[in-house]
Amino acid sequence: MSSSLHSSNPTVGKAFWATLKRDLKIAIRHRGELANPLIFFLLVITMVPLGVSPSPKTLAMLAPGMLWVVALLATLLSLDALFRSDFDDGTLEQLLLSPQSSYINVMAKVFVHWLTTGVPLTLVAPLLGVMMSLPEAGYIPLLLSLLLGTGSLSLIGAIGAALTVSLRKGGLLLSLIVMPLYVPVLIFGASGVRAAIEGFAYNTQLAVLGSFLALAIIAAPLAIAGALKMSVNN
Amino acid sequence: MAWQWFHRLGSPKWFYEKTTAWMPWLLSISLLIIISVSIWALGFAPMDAKQGNSYRIMYLHVPTSIVAMAAYYVMAIAGGIGIIWKMKLSNMVMKVAAPIGAVLTALALFTGAVWGKPTWGTYWVWDARITSVLILLFLYLGVIALQEAFSDQEMADKASAILSLVGTVNIPIIYKSVDWWFTLHQPASIKMTSSSIASEMLYPLLAMIIGFYLFFTWALLSATRSEILQREIKTKWVKQALLQKA
Repeated sequence: MSSSLHSSNPTVGKAFWATLKRDLKIAIRHRGELANPLIFFLLVITMVPLGVSPSPKTLAMLAPGMLWVVALLATLLSLDALFRSDFDDGTLEQLLLSPQSSYINVMAKVFVHWLTTGVPLTLVAPLLGVMMSLPEAGYIPLLLSLLLGTGSLSLIGAIGAALTVSLRKGGLLLSLIVMPLYVPVLIFGASGVRAAIEGFAYNTQLAVLGSFLALAIIAAPLAIAGALKMSVNN
Repeated sequence: MAWQWFHRLGSPKWFYEKTTAWMPWLLSISLLIIISVSIWALGFAPMDAKQGNSYRIMYLHVPTSIVAMAAYYVMAIAGGIGIIWKMKLSNMVMKVAAPIGAVLTALALFTGAVWGKPTWGTYWVWDARITSVLILLFLYLGVIALQEAFSDQEMADKASAILSLVGTVNIPIIYKSVDWWFTLHQPASIKMTSSSIASEMLYPLLAMIIGFYLFFTWALLSATRSEILQREIKTKWVKQALLQKA
């Protein structure tokens, strides 16, 4: 009996892939939603020259910080939907009840969130860099810092999403509780780009962003799983 | 046997009855310290050579900043105990610590701004410490907002406990990042205080810090006590306790 039970349990890798494939499939079937953070990113960046100044010199000075802040906001706005539909239709409950550790399932879900928001935002960022007259030296560091940083943003933000998923109007609250936690990522991300523009080495900033990501990968899924259990149980 | 006190803490009734006798003592001793040290610090401590009398707001600013920070750890540790041992009392302490901490943090920012005007010529600068304290205020506001958002008390407790624990992991990282950001961006012309402080100024400051800690303890306990009454309103002992008072 126990052996048959055991054999029916998929391995950790299989569980991760199953959740990953399912979430990716759902994301691809909602193509319109995929584009929303990107359009938001584009719109806000368009507002900057309109609101501040179209002079390339001013824009170049603002570019690293502005691109990072808006990428951060775009990630924030995408977070509310992260667990919402799974919570509503009961999938989340099944996921937490499954014999696999919830760490793996949560990790897979957040990974898909990163693939569908963090990676596209990173890839679009250089294009918006052109619109913001970002100096040439800033493009590679912008790509690298966003690639590393958005991973942390997804993981930290998922904690907030998990805490507020059972609330009907969780959106604004989610931003409120997550934004202070984003401060270190923003500081090192934006300053890495700025350092590169000014001709300094930026590997320190990238290394720190990488260590944030490592720490978030270890610790955040535990908090996310705990928060999801709290949200589902009541 | 040694852990008996800890198990007893599981009973809000025991805690309520035990602390009744402490409350007037805590309040009167802390007020006595704060008032008498205020007189000492404002009237008798020597004037600062550079800042004149304006430095005296330090006696409010430093204690509030220190206790504001400590309150966050009180909140987070209470939240952690609440999650691990499912202790009702600990959740109540966590809940009431958040607004007290937020008020202290806001007070620290306000007194800092008042101090900044005569010394730096401006109410606000993006100094590393000021920025960190501002983010601490945001962390408090997040916990309070989350606590308010849930109609179910048990969920509210769990959610804000998780958030305050996550915040605890983040606080050192935020502090270090902001520090690093500040040294990178700002000229180091603005320094808070010189590293040494004359003992005639230091002693009243230390006394004031003790006074503020005692006052914080009183505020925390009295808020916890009213939280106990609110949550246990349906029990017999609360009704009796309230009747006795009336």
